[in-house]
Amino acid sequence: MLRKLHGLPGLVAALLLVVLATSGVVLSAVPALERSSAVVPTAGELSVADLAERVVVNYPGTEQIARSLSGEVVVYYSHDGKSGADLVNPLTGEAIAPYQPSAFLRWVKNLHRSFLLDVAGRILAGVLAALMVLICLSGAFLLARRLGGWNAIFRPIPGSGGPRIHAELARFAVIGLLLSALTGSYMSAVRFGLLPEGANTEPSFPAEVSGGTPAPGGSLSALKNVDVNELRELVFPYPDDPTDVYSLSTTQGSGFVDQATGELLQYQPRSPGSQFHHWMVRLHTGEGLWWLGLILGIAALTVPVLSFTGLQIWWQRRSSAISLGENASIEAADTVILVGSEGNTTWGFAMDLQNKLNLAGKKVHCAPMNDLAEHYPKANALFILTSTYGDGDAPSPANQFMARLECFQADDGLEFVVLGFGDQQFPKFCQYAQDVDLALSNKGLKQMHPLARIDRGSAMQFREWGEAISERMGIPLALSHNPAPEVMSEFELVERVDYGVAVNAPTSILRFKPTQNDRKLWQKLLFQNRQHLPDFEAGDLFGVAPPGDEAPRFYSLASSASDDQLEICVRKQTNGLCSEYLHSLKPGERISGFIQQNPGFRPAAGTTPIILIGAGAGIGPLAGFIRKNTERNPMYLYWGGRNPTSDFLYQPELGGYLNDHRLTELNTAFSRSADKTYVQDAIIADETALRQRIETGAQILVCGGRDMAAGVRQVFDSILKPLNLDVDELRNDGRYLEDVY
Amino acid sequence: MKKILFALGLATVMAVPAYAQAREATFTTQLKNYGGDGAYLALYLTDTNGQYQGTLWISGEKSKYYKHLRDWARGSGLNQAEYDGLTGASVTSGRALKVTLELEDALIDSGYQVRVDTAVEDMRDNRSDVVVPLTTEGSGKTVSGRGYVQSFVYDLK
Repeated sequence: MLRKLHGLPGLVAALLLVVLATSGVVLSAVPALERSSAVVPTAGELSVADLAERVVVNYPGTEQIARSLSGEVVVYYSHDGKSGADLVNPLTGEAIAPYQPSAFLRWVKNLHRSFLLDVAGRILAGVLAALMVLICLSGAFLLARRLGGWNAIFRPIPGSGGPRIHAELARFAVIGLLLSALTGSYMSAVRFGLLPEGANTEPSFPAEVSGGTPAPGGSLSALKNVDVNELRELVFPYPDDPTDVYSLSTTQGSGFVDQATGELLQYQPRSPGSQFHHWMVRLHTGEGLWWLGLILGIAALTVPVLSFTGLQIWWQRRSSAISLGENASIEAADTVILVGSEGNTTWGFAMDLQNKLNLAGKKVHCAPMNDLAEHYPKANALFILTSTYGDGDAPSPANQFMARLECFQADDGLEFVVLGFGDQQFPKFCQYAQDVDLALSNKGLKQMHPLARIDRGSAMQFREWGEAISERMGIPLALSHNPAPEVMSEFELVERVDYGVAVNAPTSILRFKPTQNDRKLWQKLLFQNRQHLPDFEAGDLFGVAPPGDEAPRFYSLASSASDDQLEICVRKQTNGLCSEYLHSLKPGERISGFIQQNPGFRPAAGTTPIILIGAGAGIGPLAGFIRKNTERNPMYLYWGGRNPTSDFLYQPELGGYLNDHRLTELNTAFSRSADKTYVQDAIIADETALRQRIETGAQILVCGGRDMAAGVRQVFDSILKPLNLDVDELRNDGRYLEDVY
Repeated sequence: MKKILFALGLATVMAVPAYAQAREATFTTQLKNYGGDGAYLALYLTDTNGQYQGTLWISGEKSKYYKHLRDWARGSGLNQAEYDGLTGASVTSGRALKVTLELEDALIDSGYQVRVDTAVEDMRDNRSDVVVPLTTEGSGKTVSGRGYVQSFVYDLK
C-alpha cells in the first residue's frame, strides 16, 4: 500500500516534477545573487527618511521606492515625461544600474508556477506539489521501514545500483523537498481559495489630511522612525496635490504619511495570518533567505535523478513480475506453496519449485501467504517461501499470515518446510522466515526439513536446498531458477601465482584479462582498444560456473576496474568443482564469467582507520583495498595462514605497501609454524590498540571462511565489552562488515 | 457618487431600461510589449482636478493587488461596492482590452476625465498611465500612455 502510495504518484508526475524541480533550481539561486550585489546598511544606520532625501536629490521625479527582501533598492521615477527605474545604492541614493527584471528569470518563474499555461498550468503545478508531499512522506516511511525503524534512519543503506542511489539521495534531500512541496501546495491552495489567505485588511486612505505645505521627505517623523532594512515600499504623493499622502509599507505593516506634518496615518500592523502567509512564501522562494534558497536548490537538484532511478526501479519490478503456471485448487492439492514476498524474486523461485513439483507428479497449489486457507484437505507438504521486510517484519503479502494461522487446521500427515530469502548484509537476515518456522512448529506441524536461508537470491543455495528436499520427499527435484542470469563475458588467464602446496592448502592468485578476439570489426573500430570491462571495485564478486554446471560460484575480486584485470585468490577445495577447475587453468586459457557488485563490503571513505581481518584466500579483497589506498589512510591488516614459507599470500606486495604506507601495520599468525597461532590470537595480542582504534571510529572488514568469521566475532565481542559495545551494534552502524564464504 | 450607468463585458451590453439618455461607449486600451506578466488596469473617471468620481472597469482578478492601482485605489477607497461587477481578467503584454459600457449623457462634455492606472507584478506601478477628457470631440481620437499603455481610444455612439 505504502509502496503504491509512493510509486503511483511518482510514475504519473515524474517528468513534470523534473520540470518543476529544474526551474526551481534556477530560481533558488536568485536570492543569493541578489544578496551578493545588494548594499545592505547595518541596522540603525539609515532611516527611510534619509533614504527618501538622498534619492530625491538624484531623482526629483521619484514616484516609488521599493526594497526587496534581499536588500535591492529600486527607484521608480518619471522626469520630463519619461519614466524609468534604477537600482540605487541606499547609502548614497545614487544609481547602480538601470533596473531591468530578467526576461529569462520571468520565463523560468512562469514555467515553475504554471508550465507557461496560465490558470490550468497553475492548477497542475499545485496538484504536483501536493503529490510531491505524498511522495516525500510515503518515501520516508518506506525508507524507515526498510532500515528497521525511525531510529535507524541514518544507518548505511544496503543494496546497490539504482535503488541504493534513489534511497541515499532521497534521504539527503527529503527535508528540503518536503519544505518546498508543502509551501508550494500551500501557496497553490491559497491561490485557488482552498485555504484562506491570511487576511490583511489594507489600511484605507485617510479621509482627512492636514493639507499643509509639503515638507521635505527627509524631515518627516514617520519616515525617520523606520529603519531602511524594514522598508518594503514607499509611494510618493502625486506632485502638486497637497491632499495626497505617502503610502508606506514595511515588513511590520502599512499606513500613510501626511506630507506636511509627517504624521503616520491609518497604520495597520500585519495580521498574524498575513505574517504566516508571508513566511510560507519566503520559505518557498528563499526571498531574503539566500542560504535557504541554496539549500532548497540543492535538494531540488536531486529530483531528476530520483525520478530516473524511481522509474528504473518501477520498471525492473514490473518486468520481473511473474505469472503463475498450472495451479491446483485448495481442495485437490497435495502440495501447497505459500509465498511471502514484496518483490517478485521470491515468486520466481516459487514458480520453479511449483513447476518441478508438477513434473514430479504433484498437484501443487501456490498462493500468497495471506491466502492461507483454514484447511488443505489433501495436502501432505506445505512449503513457505518468504522474505523479510525491514527489521524482521512480515512482507506485506504475509502480514495477515500469523493471524490466519490461529484458525488453521492441520491434518496429521502435513509436513512443512520454510525457506527464507534475504540479504546477509541486513542485521535481521531471514528473521521473519525464522518466526514462521517457529510458529508452525508451535502449531504442532511436523517439520520436514530445517529452515534454510537463501542469500541474495543465490541460485546455488536454492539448488542445494532442492537436492535436500528431493532426498527427503523421494522425488526428483532439479531446481534451476536463477533470478539474475548474468551476461557472461570471456576472460583469459594471464598470470597465476601459486602458494601453499607444501602445507596442503594450494591457493593461487589468478589474474584474468577480458578477451577481445570475438569482437567484430566494427566494434573494434568503434571502441578501438577500450577494454570491455564493467566498472568494479575490489570486494565485488566474480561469478564463475564450472563447465557443465549452471550455478555460478562467487570469488571476491582483489582488483579494481582501473587495474585493467580481474584478480582473484582461490583456495583449491577438496571435491570443489569450481576451484579445481580454476586451479587447472594454464595461462592463455579462457573462462567465462561475470561481475556482480557487492557494495556492502567496502571500506568507508575518508580518514577512518580501517581494520582488515582475513584468513587464507580471504586476503584477496583486503589486498585490493590496501592497493587502492593511495590516500594513505590508516589501514591495519590481521591475517592468518599456515606457514610463512609456503602460503604467505601477497607477501612481496604487502612488504611494498608497508614501505609506501598504503598499509600502516601488518600482523600475521601462522597455524603450522613454531608459534601455532591463528588470526584470532593476533587480534587478542593487539587488543588494547584495537580498542582504541574502535573508540576513534575505526571500521572492521572481515573476509574468510565461516568458522574463522565466527571466531573473530567472538574475539571482538570480548574486546568490545569494556566499551559497552558489541559486534551487532557495530554492524548496525556499518562498521563491522563481513564477506564470508 | 454613483453617476455612471453601467453594464458591461467585453462583448455584452446590458439593456438600460430606465435611462433613456445614455450612450454606448467603447474604451480600447492597447498595451505595449512591456515583457512582463499580465497587467492590472483600472479605468475610472475623475473631475478636472483628478478627484475620483467612479469606476469604469478593473482588469485583474486578485483584489489584493488592487492597491498597486494607486490613484484609483485612493479615490475608490478600495471599496468593493465601487467595482462590483466591473472586473475581468488581467491583460497580457501586447494585447488590447476593449470595454463597452452605457454612459449617462450627463457625463460627456461635462469636465470629466478618463484615467487609466496600470500595474504589473515585479514592475513599476503607473498612476494615470492615461489621462484624457471625456468629450464628444475626443471620441475616436487615439492618445498614447506613459506606462504600459501603447494607445488608448474611446468611441461614443
